[in-house]
Amino acid sequence: MLALRSALHYLAGQLRQVGLFIALIVIILFFQVTTNGITLAPINVSNLIVQNSYILILAIGMVMVIIAGHIDLSVGSVVAFVGAMSGVMITQWGLPWWLAIIFCLAIGALVGMWQGFWIAYFGIPAFIVTLAGMLTFRGLTQIALQNQQISPFPDSFRSLGSGFLPDLGGGTSALEPLTVIIGVIATVALVAQDLRQRAARRKHNLEDEPFAWFLAKMIFTALLILLITYLLAGYRGTPIVLIVLGLLTVVYSAVMANSVWGRHIYAIGGNRFAAELSGVKVKRVTFTLFVNMGILAALAGLVFTAQLNLANPKAGDGFELDAIAAVFIGGAAVTGGIGTVMGAIIGGLIIGILNNGMSILGVGTEYQQLIKGLVLLAAVAFDVFNKRRAASSTK
Amino acid sequence: MTTNILEMRGITKTFPGVKALQDVSLEVQRGHVHAICGENGAGKSTLMKVLSGVYPAGTYEGEIHFENELCEFKDIKGSEAAGIVIIHQELALSPYLSIAENIFLGNEQARNGFVDWNRTNLEASKLLARVGLNDNPITKITDLGVGKQQLVEIAKALSKRVKLLILDEPTAALNDEDSAHLLGLIKHLQGQGITSIIISHKLNEIKAIADKVTIIRDGRTIETLDMHADEISEERIIKGMVGRDLDQRYPDHTPTIGAELLRVEDWTVHHPVDQSRQVVKNASFNVRAGEIVGIAGLMGAGRTELAMSIFGHSYGTKISGRVYKNGQEIKTNTVSAAIKHGIAYATEDRKHYGLNLLDNIMRNVSGAALDKLSRWGWVDSNKENLVAEGYRRSMKIKAATVAAVTGKLSGGNQQKVVLSKWMFANPDVLILDEPTRGIDVGAKYEIYTIINQLADEGKGIVVISSELPELLGICDRIYTLSEGRITANVPREKATAEYLMQYMTQEKEA
Repeated sequence: MLALRSALHYLAGQLRQVGLFIALIVIILFFQVTTNGITLAPINVSNLIVQNSYILILAIGMVMVIIAGHIDLSVGSVVAFVGAMSGVMITQWGLPWWLAIIFCLAIGALVGMWQGFWIAYFGIPAFIVTLAGMLTFRGLTQIALQNQQISPFPDSFRSLGSGFLPDLGGGTSALEPLTVIIGVIATVALVAQDLRQRAARRKHNLEDEPFAWFLAKMIFTALLILLITYLLAGYRGTPIVLIVLGLLTVVYSAVMANSVWGRHIYAIGGNRFAAELSGVKVKRVTFTLFVNMGILAALAGLVFTAQLNLANPKAGDGFELDAIAAVFIGGAAVTGGIGTVMGAIIGGLIIGILNNGMSILGVGTEYQQLIKGLVLLAAVAFDVFNKRRAASSTK
Repeated sequence: MTTNILEMRGITKTFPGVKALQDVSLEVQRGHVHAICGENGAGKSTLMKVLSGVYPAGTYEGEIHFENELCEFKDIKGSEAAGIVIIHQELALSPYLSIAENIFLGNEQARNGFVDWNRTNLEASKLLARVGLNDNPITKITDLGVGKQQLVEIAKALSKRVKLLILDEPTAALNDEDSAHLLGLIKHLQGQGITSIIISHKLNEIKAIADKVTIIRDGRTIETLDMHADEISEERIIKGMVGRDLDQRYPDHTPTIGAELLRVEDWTVHHPVDQSRQVVKNASFNVRAGEIVGIAGLMGAGRTELAMSIFGHSYGTKISGRVYKNGQEIKTNTVSAAIKHGIAYATEDRKHYGLNLLDNIMRNVSGAALDKLSRWGWVDSNKENLVAEGYRRSMKIKAATVAAVTGKLSGGNQQKVVLSKWMFANPDVLILDEPTRGIDVGAKYEIYTIINQLADEGKGIVVISSELPELLGICDRIYTLSEGRITANVPREKATAEYLMQYMTQEKEA
């Protein structure tokens, strides 16, 4: 009885994290039923991942910016600008696709340096600097493209957005072998990592997570990965962009949790003055944060352009808002200091599944906007409510 | 005619766990300038907040009689309607509005809901003339110096037909010239029949303008002295302010003092906004290994400013002077440079400057020395866990694990986290700014013990405190700071509260 109560108490503390997962599952199940099983059909799952990949890449950079207490409104325009430059480089200058990708990422870094300079060293609020960036980079896009579209791109470049890893089964097996191998390895790695960390924490007597909860969480995540593996293996295999996204998620989660730089980002967002008085080089960290955002925005621009096979002056319009919404649905605090990369990914997936499910159901875009707006509001209202409840229970 | 305009009788005000005021009485005669004196935290400001309705009737015991009527103010509006206006230490002006708009803020000179700008500015300039300010009323507040802003506050009070003007430390932020002007103005208003209550630490000012002075200590009225009847010396007032038994306990400690660790010479710091004002003036001091050095000073003496300007130039502009570490001159222009040279500063305001309240104990403890726990930019979180857990136990931080969020800890435990953070950074010199502010007596004793331990490890400790008994209880040597100057360097044997207070209130050498 006591154990049950303490377990419930622990779960209440994890309400935000658990709530997000439950919301995701409920939404998936809802669409699975209402679309008569189309939502979780292999082809749709594959499309879902591919079509939301660039928003998720942006959300990873955005959650870091928001944790530090800033915002970036320019990423949509940067996506367009980088897409345009990739088109110019590949089709007009005839550069090889890999060199174009390197140059484009460098452009993203330059964009980040430009904005980071004004924010970190000149002291202009990020809202203003990136609002200006939103306009200037949109303008530069139109100049670079001379208001024309560029299309098509070579297949090698397009595979970054819409390609799949080679099919080891020769297209004849029911389940694509390479995808199965990757899925199993990922699952084993995840379980091993979880067990290792728990063992280390237990050794130092620092564990506060109930074992049942730990086990449930681990099994659930493992099953989720295996389910996605199964679905993907039943269609065309592993999208290349999923590998990119998976690596980014793992690397950036680790960076935010365990690197000095990541810690400094949390410290600045949590209390800028305390960070400064602890010797954190606030300006330098802020600057590099925006350089990082610029590079990720460039990567998102490349993926998007490759996927559409088109560089378009209007590309990326409103992407910044989707990315910001994903971050806040994922539990980041508006005032900074709180948020996780994983949360932003789940927030992005919720938006993606809402878009996808409503499109399948034939809901008009006007209602899609309306519902997404209400979901964002509900998620943040839930946060605020939760925080107030927690505050009153400790007094 | 000697009628009292104000009588406060038996005022008792209790905060959770603390009696801030206990049976305080105050009588102020009409037309007088009445000073209130007392140490930091004696209860002066609380008493004035009771009087002005900041603490509404019902939240305190006792009676307030103003102009022979029992008053029960529900809020500041109520006391202002009666003619009592308080001007706080931190001025309450809106910086980007004009002088005239500020004077009539909340009391707009309007007709049918629209502001009558002619009348606003005309009335404002009349009021400005009364306080001796000849700036244009459409000037923005941000373009005025602090001295003139203070005058605008008084003009605003006059616009409310003030009968009793309360000034809380009015000259704390002013230079000598502005102070003299302000005191002259208070005298001048007295001539026009306005009674004033002035809270001040500056005894020479009190001597210059006050008719009577009431001394408050530990939340009680000690005495009221008539400044005209008998020749009251500054020593007499000091005696009333500090004359209390040292009833707090301090751990015994025999220091082992070694070589000089840190020496600061000719340290001068200017105010970050009002750059003409020197906040710290030619301060020189040193601290030796194993020594606990105190810095005593009243509010506004420049204690925190001195410490923060040394620690990575975190306060002030136009900083000059030299810092020596082990006899070598060092530069401490950035916080990380200061930390690298083995200097640490634990802030007086841990909530705003000390902790990330959103994050857990572990990450706060490691925050100032992450490089010790990391290789190639990656933090070894197991090691970090162990370190933090070690401090949780040795410092007796009351929390189940180091994963507890610091925002939910008590003040004493938060302070222990701050101390742990700097202990882990392992500095040679540790500057502790108000290390026991806002924490209970038991936790204070623990903090003193930790400070002694650190000194015994051979570190140099600088303790800044506004509580004289605390400094007398733990320090081997005490510097007194008055208006940005170091006025005395007092060894433990000679230090008494009266002796220190004399130098803490000393004006600049004539």
